[in-house]
Amino acid sequence: MATVVLEQRRRIFSRPTAKTGWWSWMTSVDHKRIGIMYIVTALAFFVIGGSEALVIRLQLAKPNNTVLSANAYNQFFTMHGLTMIFLVVMPFGVGLMNYLVPLMIGARDVAFPRLNAFSYWLFVLGGLFLYSSFALGGAPDGGWFGYAPLSTTLPSHGMTFYSIGLQILGVASLAGAANFIVTIINMRAPGMTLMRMPVFVWMSLVTSFLLLFAMPVIAVALFELMFSRVFGAVFFDPAKGGEPLLWQHLFWVFGHPEVYIMILPAMGIVSEVLPTFSRKPLFGYGAVVFSGIAIGFMGWGVWAHHMFAAGLGPVANSAFALSTMFIAVPTGVKIFNWIGTMWGGSLRFKTPMLFSIGFVAMFIIGGLSGVTHAVVPADAQQTDTYYIVAHFHYVLFGGAIFGLFSGVYYWWPKAFGYTLSEGLGKLHFWLMLIGFNVTFGPMHILGLEGMPRRIYTYPDGLGWNIWNFIETIGAFTIAASILVFIINTQRSRRLRAESGPDPWDARTLEWSTPSPPPEYNFEQIPLVESRDDWWHRKYIPGPSGAPVRVFAGGADMVDEGTAVVDEHGHGIHMPSPSYFPLVLAFGLPIMGYGVIYKLWWLVGIGLLVLLTGVYGWVLEPPTAEE
Amino acid sequence: MSTPEQVIVVGHEPPTATGLDNTKLAMWGFLGSECLFFGSLISTYLLYRNRVCAGCGPRPHQIYNIPYTSVSSFVLLMSSLTMVLALAAAQKRDDRGMRIWLLATALLGMIFVGGQIFEFTDFYHRGLSLSTSTFGSAFFVLTGFHGAHVTVGILMLLSLVAMSFLGRLGPDQARKVELIGLYWHFVDIVWIVIFTVVYLIPSK
Repeated sequence: MATVVLEQRRRIFSRPTAKTGWWSWMTSVDHKRIGIMYIVTALAFFVIGGSEALVIRLQLAKPNNTVLSANAYNQFFTMHGLTMIFLVVMPFGVGLMNYLVPLMIGARDVAFPRLNAFSYWLFVLGGLFLYSSFALGGAPDGGWFGYAPLSTTLPSHGMTFYSIGLQILGVASLAGAANFIVTIINMRAPGMTLMRMPVFVWMSLVTSFLLLFAMPVIAVALFELMFSRVFGAVFFDPAKGGEPLLWQHLFWVFGHPEVYIMILPAMGIVSEVLPTFSRKPLFGYGAVVFSGIAIGFMGWGVWAHHMFAAGLGPVANSAFALSTMFIAVPTGVKIFNWIGTMWGGSLRFKTPMLFSIGFVAMFIIGGLSGVTHAVVPADAQQTDTYYIVAHFHYVLFGGAIFGLFSGVYYWWPKAFGYTLSEGLGKLHFWLMLIGFNVTFGPMHILGLEGMPRRIYTYPDGLGWNIWNFIETIGAFTIAASILVFIINTQRSRRLRAESGPDPWDARTLEWSTPSPPPEYNFEQIPLVESRDDWWHRKYIPGPSGAPVRVFAGGADMVDEGTAVVDEHGHGIHMPSPSYFPLVLAFGLPIMGYGVIYKLWWLVGIGLLVLLTGVYGWVLEPPTAEE
Repeated sequence: MSTPEQVIVVGHEPPTATGLDNTKLAMWGFLGSECLFFGSLISTYLLYRNRVCAGCGPRPHQIYNIPYTSVSSFVLLMSSLTMVLALAAAQKRDDRGMRIWLLATALLGMIFVGGQIFEFTDFYHRGLSLSTSTFGSAFFVLTGFHGAHVTVGILMLLSLVAMSFLGRLGPDQARKVELIGLYWHFVDIVWIVIFTVVYLIPSK
């Protein structure tokens, strides 16, 4: 009788089997598909967040402009920041981690494929949840930093959406971080020791640890904000002894590691692209890895430099000024390593290489202006001006976004089997580089001239008009470059210039698989014998020291993946798709709406969906029935 | 080209690079994250425990009932003992013993949560709510989140028992019990810190 019950339950919880079509993507647990979905979603949010920036620039193009009201402007700049940080740069990096980490370490998937799908769907729904606030009486309007007590008292539901929406995105990040830590530590192929891992994998590991420890801190801050807004808690109410500084400390203890969460994946990408296009190993691999780890540790000791104007006192300010200047050292180490990698190399200026060089150049500018903020008296002048806006766009756009686009151009042929057009790629790069500098360069000047951030308009006659107008032109140039990128993807897909498995003559394991890689990545799990293992399989040192291609090297050695059998003659078992990551992810936003509108029955429904997801997840059979 | 190393598949889970179990490693990572979660909540409480403004309701030492909370703390600590016994039974493949000790652990957890509900009601009637003072906000949110963690733990324990009865725990049931056990012990340890910091350190 027990078997009958068991059989029935198997049917209730049977796993989806679709291999193509929408449903196969919705239920996929394949890290490559999830990675692609992450990046496509992040690019869609990039267009949305970028459009918000264009409207902001239109409003600021001339003095006393009326494109946006003060209230709408607050919503736009808050959502622009939230979008670019939580819905673009972070998931873009996580998407590349998803696609690449298992391939780079010689694994067939991540440690927890369903958890991975759950992270993705929660990210999508969290983003839609945040954006639904526009239709429901007003988006968040208290800045991405949400300083209390302003954030607890703003009248619309916007900041409640903020407190719950970011919470949802935080859960997604946390699940992803735990997954990648376990994947990188535990799923490495035989011989893939830690110090043989590609630098991108190392930076993914450091990023995951930062996420693991930073997300709970913002979670507490957001819960305190939510309880203050919805349930009448008084955490930040000065009338009852509440301390506004508490929010600032909790927020920036998360917020500064968050900066490294955004930049480290891009640094990892650049550390892969520069060696390939310089035909040299990365200069000082150990130094790059250890400086990345050092950034990961020191990133926890600099948060109060965001609060120099808050009046923490000279001792705290001096300590954080010193630690902030000090963290520039490991970053500088990396810069020198990248330059050292290119030095004396046979450089090939393909599009990914251009974006990586753009990253290094722009990041140096942003890094240097960052060091000027570390000087407390100077920061007292710079804080809350456009100088700060210039700085963080140079590191997060000039840095992170350039690095991420470098990754897209570099790994596109791996993911889809064809290269993106070089001509359009280079047009994209130059338009973006020029547009970027025209937009954000003058912000240094405006900031030092005293133009404050977050003002919806400014009076005539302050000498700010011309720079603001130029910046607006620059912003539209960036938009044009993104249009070129979109055209490039469509055109290249039509033309399909077949790339083969290893178009760039690259160095790491993912290039030893066919393009696109089969679902199981490697027919045989590779045995890794050195750092840059793929390169050393293709080349041996010749008599003059220059690398010589080994006989029958390269493409002949690519794991063609024709027969789905392993060395024992058994089929390779990949995890089956599942409905439940999606079901589970739906629970949280439903509960979120319930809390915002105090509809307790809706919270109950959300909880029910959540429990359905959890129990379905636990009880579904490990594989689909044949 | 190098010869790929033979991968010998034992049971269900492929061997890992470090030999550590994937799920256990993930649980340790999650618990590390939880340390910062409770750390931030406890920091908030420490900031506010002596800052009750004039006319803002009771101060901590005026409202805590140390003997009462000591008893419920003892109950929760004992649940860690029964959890260990459940794991020992699971490892010996003693299904009956495992179910009994899991149920005992869940029951002790429920007594603790029941005690907390009573305590919250009592405090509320004596004039402490989420909005009376920053102390009230910090206290209820910190201990409330701990109670929520215990509740999730109880649900997981009861689910283990139910799955054991339905024969759905599988051959690696000891690993699953150990995993839930790690979480349960962590929640207990957090309570030791909360009991010490919140209840036992005298406030002004």
